[in-house]
Amino acid sequence: MNRRINAFMMAMALGLSALAPSAAVAQAEAANAAEQAAPAEPAAAANATAAPAWEYSKPVKNVGQPQEGEYSFQEQFTPTGHYAAWMHDYVLLPVITVISLFVLALLLWVVVRYRRAANPVASRTSHNTFIEIIWTAVPVLILIGIAIPSIDLLAKQFKPAPKDALTVKVTGYQWYWGYEYPDNGIGEYVSNMLPAEKALERGEPRLLAADNRLVLPVGVPIKLIITGADVIHSFSVPAFWVKEDAVPGRLNEKTFTIEKPGVYYGACSELCGARHGFMPIAIEAMEPAKFAQWVKSQGGTMPGDKPAEAAAPAPAAEGAQPAAATNAAEPAAPANATAS
Amino acid sequence: MSTTTADDFHGHAHDHHDADHKPGFFARWFMSTNHKDIGTLYLIFAIVAGVIGGTISGLMRYELREPGIQFLQLWAQYSDGPGATLDQAYHLWNVLITAHGLIMVFFMVMPAIIGGFGNWFVPIMIGAPDMAFPRMNNISFWLLIPAFLLLLGSTFVPGGAGNGAGTGWTVYAPLSTSGSAGPAVDMAILSLHIAGASSILGAVNFITTIFNMRAPGMTLHKMPLFVWSVLVTAFLLLLSLPVLAAAITMLLTDRNFGTVFYDAAGGGDPVLYQHLFWFFGHPEVYIMILPGFGIISQIVSTFSRKPVFGYLGMAYAMVAIGVVGFIVWAHHMFTTGMTVNVKMYFTAATMVIAVPTGVKIFSWIATMWGGSMSFKTPMVWALGFIFMFTVGGVTGVVLANGGIDDNLHDTYYVVAHFHYVLSLGAVFSLFAGFYYWFPKMTGKMYSEFLGQLHFWVFFIGVNILFFPMHFLGMSGMQRRVPDYTDALAYWNGIATHGYEIMAVGVLIWFVNIIYSFAAGKQAGDNPWGEGATTLEWTLTSPPPYHQFETLPVVD
Repeated sequence: MNRRINAFMMAMALGLSALAPSAAVAQAEAANAAEQAAPAEPAAAANATAAPAWEYSKPVKNVGQPQEGEYSFQEQFTPTGHYAAWMHDYVLLPVITVISLFVLALLLWVVVRYRRAANPVASRTSHNTFIEIIWTAVPVLILIGIAIPSIDLLAKQFKPAPKDALTVKVTGYQWYWGYEYPDNGIGEYVSNMLPAEKALERGEPRLLAADNRLVLPVGVPIKLIITGADVIHSFSVPAFWVKEDAVPGRLNEKTFTIEKPGVYYGACSELCGARHGFMPIAIEAMEPAKFAQWVKSQGGTMPGDKPAEAAAPAPAAEGAQPAAATNAAEPAAPANATAS
Repeated sequence: MSTTTADDFHGHAHDHHDADHKPGFFARWFMSTNHKDIGTLYLIFAIVAGVIGGTISGLMRYELREPGIQFLQLWAQYSDGPGATLDQAYHLWNVLITAHGLIMVFFMVMPAIIGGFGNWFVPIMIGAPDMAFPRMNNISFWLLIPAFLLLLGSTFVPGGAGNGAGTGWTVYAPLSTSGSAGPAVDMAILSLHIAGASSILGAVNFITTIFNMRAPGMTLHKMPLFVWSVLVTAFLLLLSLPVLAAAITMLLTDRNFGTVFYDAAGGGDPVLYQHLFWFFGHPEVYIMILPGFGIISQIVSTFSRKPVFGYLGMAYAMVAIGVVGFIVWAHHMFTTGMTVNVKMYFTAATMVIAVPTGVKIFSWIATMWGGSMSFKTPMVWALGFIFMFTVGGVTGVVLANGGIDDNLHDTYYVVAHFHYVLSLGAVFSLFAGFYYWFPKMTGKMYSEFLGQLHFWVFFIGVNILFFPMHFLGMSGMQRRVPDYTDALAYWNGIATHGYEIMAVGVLIWFVNIIYSFAAGKQAGDNPWGEGATTLEWTLTSPPPYHQFETLPVVD
């Protein structure tokens, strides 16, 4: 029942988050939900103000979500994520393991060798300048060794987004997320947690599944502009090595590029009140061509096809007109995007 | 360090009439100006608060034992009345995490390690008859009582979605301002104010005492390392707590009087609160652990029968940790959206702390090297401390990397890290100090068997409890949630079993205390033998009500 009806989509776009899908209409299985939108429309709502539906893909069990009993990071799907995971797994983890085992070995050695039975008379040695210099200097060298990739990683994570990056505005609310695509003229839609039964029904993990996902293209630099509407939230996607607070009054920027299509989950990671544990982040990453279809299905435009859209709406984007009509700000957004 | 020529304190036995003249019960325990009695009051208070804070963590682990909400709604009836809603239940969760954090930090570790052991042994170790300001010492302790009652009372008044303050121990704005209507958060803030005032007064007292009341010959460089640790800690308290007081005062005025210090809509900044809080909050973690370092140094030296290796390095490593501890605070804020340069600075500065910490670890081992070690209960706790603190310390090096922290921030990895340095660090040092000084404080020996059993059960329990949390955090489980996705059930279930084992360990400790008071052998002046060289072991056990009426002379 991974099907969205048009009325529901539209309601989401208008921010009526409380509205539940009242009449889930069974539709033929089809990858391109934009084409499925038209048949769904009459059944859903007579006034035809609904945005087209989109069928989300199913998550893969070992991607983008925690694994039962795992003792490592989630598999990474961004270049900075790979780098960070490499740094942890091949620099930090070996170093801290060796240091811990070294200290443990020394402790065990002194416990055995210098126990009272083995060494009845204690030495009075209480200084050794050389060894004190060694155990100060060696940690300094180790830390410098750690700092080099660490600083490099930070530099990479903070590399500014290129001009053609896709900008998405992410807003944290108590207790849901709002996603807006200013470059594409898609107004903010909200993403609520799916109830447990619904999530399981759709083959998604409980507490991580959301009704509307944040849809992003793969291979394209993405610039998230993250803010909070009421209290501080935190936008976090472990599989991308991304976490950035959503602070009221601030626009925090986070840039990354997703490598593979798929479904990736995260959750609000800053205490934000009663339902802090219940505002998941669900991301659907797809090929750019498919992303363009999704944008059209939501009544938006890709920066390149703006003139065509303005001249005559494509048949597939029927829903765009009513959407634009209900939100006066939307037509202006694509123009801004092309200007930049 | 110091050897002493104070043999003749036993000579005071004949004039016990003066030295041991104790006031009546009420005057002694409610109007006390005696550092040892106040220390005892602090310890009792810390044990009571620790039981409450520990029980709260048990409730949380019980709820987290399996996915889904099992008990929260049931418990919410006690704080929010019958028919508590699910949101009230979720709010209760936030109240529990807040209470656990605040109680353990402000009402368990700090009162025990500074108020308790600091009060008891700093004057004795420097050869002073009492603290410099005995009456201020009294008010320091008694301020804690209303502070604690305010915090506990806040649980029963509205604080947003339900009763109680559900802001986390960090009390971040705007969740703590516009996000928490009702008096609960005001009460919690006032509680922190009072507890902070108590600690500032205590810090003033320790600094004055240590600088002015050392016995003849007890130079700063001859002071036992525990005294050094309390001195550094007192400076951290004195410099950091006023910043907390300012930060939470602005919270109060934002909440009640229409100011907008932390409200972006009025030109304020929520992140400003975090800077102020962590300028206090990071030194605070050293406030909790530095006296522990001091205790461990005394114990390792005593049971190795060797003076502490690299005494000056040890003392100045603590000074260095204290100084550097003031300039690393924003590593708690790596994800708030700071610029790349700031993040790089705080990454590098934070890692620097590993150097003096390493000096301490290696110096403890070098103290044991060549020693003649016995493994009495305090020493076993100290050995456990050294290894567990190392494990907690190295995960701190991981978290220090701003780029790595982007994934681990606010996950259970962080929970694991700070419980390794606090629950297995500070708490191990507390237990070590408790067993080390229990014979001195009470005159009775504890049961060595129960003490060893307590250590091993507790040690196994806390490791099963906290080690899996590293894995949970790496998987992406965020902090401060009452429920989690089903794939996280495995390690959460194991962690809860660890709690059960740890709780048994604590029970053994209580049995040991009861046993010791009821049937413990007389301890004698110095149960630890020739390794115990500090001044407290020259006194009777328990020490006379007023010690050092004639000042000892230290070589």
